[in-house]
Amino acid sequence: MSNFSLIVLLLALMAIGYQLGMVRSRKVAAVNLQQKMHSRPHHYGMMVGLWAVIPAFFILVLWTLLSPGVINSMVAAQLPAEALAAEGMNADVIMRRISNLAANFGVVAEAEQWELAAAAYMQQLKSSSALLLTGLIAAIAGAGLFFSYKRIKPQLRARHQIERTIKAVLVICSTIAILTTIGIVLSMVGETIKFFTFVPPADFFFGTTWNPRFSTTGVSEGSLTGSQGSFGLLPLLSGTMLVAAIALLVAIPLGLMVAIYLAEYAPAKFRATAKPIIEVLAGIPTIVYGFFALVTVGPFLADLGASIGLTIRATSALTAGVVMGIMIIPFISSLSDDIITQVPKALRDASLGLGATKSETVRKVVLPAALPGIVGAVLLAASRAIGETMIVVLAAGNSPALTANPFEAVSTVTVTIVNQLTGDNDFASPQSLVAFALGLTLFVITLLLNVVALVIVRKYREQYE
Amino acid sequence: MTAIETNSSGKVKMTARDVRVFYGDNEAIHGVDLDVIENEVIAFIGPSGCGKSTFLRCLNRMNDTIDICRVTGSIKMDGRDIYDPSLDVVQLRAQVGMVFQKPNPFPKSIYENIAYGPRLHGLASRKSELDDVVESSLRRAGLWNEVKDRLDQPGTGLSGGQQQRLCIARSIAVSPDVILMDEPCSALDPIATSIIEELIDELKQNFTIVIVTHNMQQAARVSDRTAFFHLGDLIEIGATNEVFTNPKNKRTEDYITGRYG
Repeated sequence: MSNFSLIVLLLALMAIGYQLGMVRSRKVAAVNLQQKMHSRPHHYGMMVGLWAVIPAFFILVLWTLLSPGVINSMVAAQLPAEALAAEGMNADVIMRRISNLAANFGVVAEAEQWELAAAAYMQQLKSSSALLLTGLIAAIAGAGLFFSYKRIKPQLRARHQIERTIKAVLVICSTIAILTTIGIVLSMVGETIKFFTFVPPADFFFGTTWNPRFSTTGVSEGSLTGSQGSFGLLPLLSGTMLVAAIALLVAIPLGLMVAIYLAEYAPAKFRATAKPIIEVLAGIPTIVYGFFALVTVGPFLADLGASIGLTIRATSALTAGVVMGIMIIPFISSLSDDIITQVPKALRDASLGLGATKSETVRKVVLPAALPGIVGAVLLAASRAIGETMIVVLAAGNSPALTANPFEAVSTVTVTIVNQLTGDNDFASPQSLVAFALGLTLFVITLLLNVVALVIVRKYREQYE
Repeated sequence: MTAIETNSSGKVKMTARDVRVFYGDNEAIHGVDLDVIENEVIAFIGPSGCGKSTFLRCLNRMNDTIDICRVTGSIKMDGRDIYDPSLDVVQLRAQVGMVFQKPNPFPKSIYENIAYGPRLHGLASRKSELDDVVESSLRRAGLWNEVKDRLDQPGTGLSGGQQQRLCIARSIAVSPDVILMDEPCSALDPIATSIIEELIDELKQNFTIVIVTHNMQQAARVSDRTAFFHLGDLIEIGATNEVFTNPKNKRTEDYITGRYG
């Protein structure tokens, strides 16, 4: 039986166990009149259902994880030694051929007699494994159901078991989330270390030229793969910073003004409508911003530059930065608006009561009081800007040059990652591996920004609570 | 209204005639007539929700900051209508200072808290003048000796009573004529309260003080005249010892003797 139908079966068993447990607990309660049941009927029902399913489910998971390995080694043990030696093939390749045969997929070249035999053996093992599993699951689930059903007594603390189970489920879920993060970081670290065996870290972090070449050119010239490319991070980092700085220059004033207007001046009704509308800006897919930048903003800025005698390329750091700035306005405006509204009214009253005007009050009392929180909001927006990809792919011009001129084309870390991983580079070449080093660098930068932002925001919150 | 009681001994500082306050359609104050006399302490007493704080906030137009609040009638200060559109509310609030229920120092240094108002109104052109204003304000609020060595520390780090005196010093610093106090001691302990009460007695020399209080002993201790509000009406106003020993109105008597409120 397939795992899917086993799971369906277990779920059905859980429902049955639930019903049985409930019914039995009611009966037990009716018999033991002098003794009060510890838990409510549905707790007993849930307990029986969970006992029926959880142990069996663990067996199912373990079996699914372990059985392929066991079957493979059993098949491998049966392979004729002389056939292996004669073929001179890698054991992995042979096993892959055999399992393809066993699954009735085709294989390259004619299958040997011993291969067919091994495949048949594997098929047989697999089907008996499935049969064994079904039997085991049925036995364990049945036993769990039966014994927990029998245990229903007034003294049985079913409610505590349920609470513990729920807690365990929650812990498992959060562990999965955390482990995934750690796993991603570790896999990046692994690949990054591989990359640093090709390129020394100093050349990567302090190199001023980005010119990775293609891995194939390196090979055809007969030299070590990729040693000819220059993997200098600095041009990419400077591009990233330039675009992010322009974005923040656009977004901070606009976002802050929006926040001040919404929090201090706008009527409540207007605020209730305007705030979600502004937040929509953050929900527009970034690829849409990208072609908006490419098709509309870029040419507009180029024309504007031409009319005042500046040479602005249509795809430049400026174009990407301006459009990205528009995208991150809501990050700044929404968070700052929340923070400004949190400033106690008493402070505003104090200032107004001393004869300050509204704008003086905002400037001299409200904003200073909200400043730490606003800085936090800006840092969150900044880490978003640094990690943004699609807008810069389309609008920044993709030219990894070390420049501080916003009117020129630049490239960023994220764009380079896209470039290095698309196309047909060998995955073991430094040309591809560099993407992981770049990704890790980016991750560390945004992580630091986020940590700093969160610390600042938290510190600010404590001030008024 | 029969409750008007004019004190012939002093000059009238503020006059309110037929003042009504509306929150939306709800009338919170139903036509109050009242005079505030120069250099007196006048106490507003009454049960919660009787409109005494609302009326107090009319006197420096703090109710303007509440969108749905509307004030009709006339309130004059030195003969000038404070709700006249040509009058600058900023000037009014510089003349009529306010101390709030909960101490609300700015999250700035003690010095900056006091210097805030004088800076706004350009009262001191040089640093030394500003220093003088800060020192004299703190002295008059009886806080100077406690804070003179830590003027650069945050005002929020002071104790509750000190914070409230800081707020009083802050409002003195713009040299107002009238100081409104909205239950200034309700968040303070008895010792801090008695210090503030002594302070009010001294400030009377230079300022006119209007104080809202829930504490009737406090009204009896600090005020020259007392006004009793109930359900948005001014029920009785008179010399404090008159109101407390020989109230004319039954409801005043009931409230003072603790039969309700």
